[in-house]
Amino acid sequence: MARARVRLSCTTPTTRRTGRLMTMNTDEMKRAFLADPTSSFTQFLERTSPRLLPNAVRSGSTEDLSPTATTIVAVATPSGVVLAGDRRATMGSMIAQRDIQKVFAADEFSAVGIAGSAGLAIELVKLFRVELEHYEKIEGAPLTLDGKANRLASMIRGNLGMALQGFVVLPLFVGWDVSCAKARIFSYDATGGCYEETGYHAIGSGSLFAKGSLKKLYRPKATLKRAVQMCVQALFDAADDDSATGGPDVLRRIYPVVIAVDASGARQLPETEIAEVTDHVLAGRATRPDGPEARL
Amino acid sequence: MSQPVFYVSPEQQIKDRAEFARSGIAKGRSVIVARYADGIVFIGENHSKSLHKVAEIYDRIGFAAVGRYNEFENLRVAGIRHADIRGYAYDRRDVTGRMLAGAYAQLLGTIFSAVMEKPYEVEMVVAEVGDKPEADEIYRLSFDGSITDEPQFAVIGGASEMISQALREGYEPQLRLGDCLRLAIQALIADPRGGTALTVDALEAAVLDRNRTQARKFRRLSSDDITELTKVPVRRPTRSRKSGASLGTPTDIGDATPSSQPKRTRRVSAADSPRTDQVDVGPAEATSSGTAGE
Repeated sequence: MARARVRLSCTTPTTRRTGRLMTMNTDEMKRAFLADPTSSFTQFLERTSPRLLPNAVRSGSTEDLSPTATTIVAVATPSGVVLAGDRRATMGSMIAQRDIQKVFAADEFSAVGIAGSAGLAIELVKLFRVELEHYEKIEGAPLTLDGKANRLASMIRGNLGMALQGFVVLPLFVGWDVSCAKARIFSYDATGGCYEETGYHAIGSGSLFAKGSLKKLYRPKATLKRAVQMCVQALFDAADDDSATGGPDVLRRIYPVVIAVDASGARQLPETEIAEVTDHVLAGRATRPDGPEARL
Repeated sequence: MSQPVFYVSPEQQIKDRAEFARSGIAKGRSVIVARYADGIVFIGENHSKSLHKVAEIYDRIGFAAVGRYNEFENLRVAGIRHADIRGYAYDRRDVTGRMLAGAYAQLLGTIFSAVMEKPYEVEMVVAEVGDKPEADEIYRLSFDGSITDEPQFAVIGGASEMISQALREGYEPQLRLGDCLRLAIQALIADPRGGTALTVDALEAAVLDRNRTQARKFRRLSSDDITELTKVPVRRPTRSRKSGASLGTPTDIGDATPSSQPKRTRRVSAADSPRTDQVDVGPAEATSSGTAGE
């Protein structure tokens, strides 16, 4: 059911929007374009083509617009960008899954992490990956990083109707921009707004804590390895204070999923490597539970 | 006006249409699709760097075509859409070469037998690389929708029979990529229409490499890759092909097919289609130059 919903909401808006103008007959056109007394374009649109309006969806409640049950963090360095996510999925106060994957490589040079309704979000990422690959195969060249970010924005906007009913999906998009050899981070809001972030960013219910942590740990000239450590530290801090974010599960060997994107492409770091970093973080926390001390 | 004035028997009609399609295809330069130890290699003569005759369709599936560019480009895009929508609706592993070849056969067959439509002047190959060499599949499709499962290699295009014959000598599926490429280039030179002037820059090549770690096994080979793999000391030619180093001299890549070989004519005499230096991609050109990959 969720699958059908997300696909419809992502693909139909354009046809729905253009359909109205195309089918308008001459009389209607004349009436609409000549007889309308208003000088407001917005009002004109409301009368003639309400579907063209960005806030066309009016039904549903607006409560619960904030995503829950996740923390995704991203850290950019001169040599690449790291995207990491915790593994917990919740339903209310219950843990629905301990080892869910929320960050994915989107294509060769980009990755996406998701917060919000898991069903819709995972389907959206799946569609986004096909979208990028499809474009690349048909055109013979990949989209630019900005092109990918904008495409994702319009897909999120397509989900606005569901978002208003409480099924919010918010991505965090990172990538290596081949044209300027730079790592970049993009965040989104539920209306499809796309914002480029500098240095680091976090989304999800634990993002407040993760961002606070990154604020102290982030060093702009860090290596990619350091960036992985920052991410794991930040996720630990998020899990420490947010019940919907899962911390590292040493007993079950469930660690955050970490994807690094640099000039050589996007790759998911092997579990052994993350386990090593996590062990290091845990050892540090054993002596100082609040994490490494920032210099004043 | 739509009523035919004279009666034309169905047999004659099919024959005419087939003859029309064949003559169009015969103008195209050939493409070889062959199995090698680690996958499937595609190689053909193509002077354009951007208008490809070989393309990726899906994770394990590649495509090669000769004939009229706009027609096989349509088929390529249709194939990508077909594969992507199936992979999205079901699972990526549910997209198979056999399924795609079947869909193409249906499409080409319908177009060929539709009286009001011009038959497609294309010949194409759909290849799928398997986890093991035994699972590799190569399907060759004709303009009329007929489909053949090729156990080792497929050659499509004007001089396909001649090139197949040249390739058969020395070919085996266990060849390494470099050897397979070298053999294929040698075979391409058997094309009587100036194959001997073939330079490495005029080659388009790609592989479906089963050892690639990514899900997408398709990889294009650049001129440098080909040079490196075949270890042929080729100097980069200048713009004009004629001044370029020739791959066709026997000293370069072993015993190339002797140029004295009788130029067998097949369907359309090679001499009837004079070779032009530009790559023709104009979709609407009605002359012989309307065929891509000249």
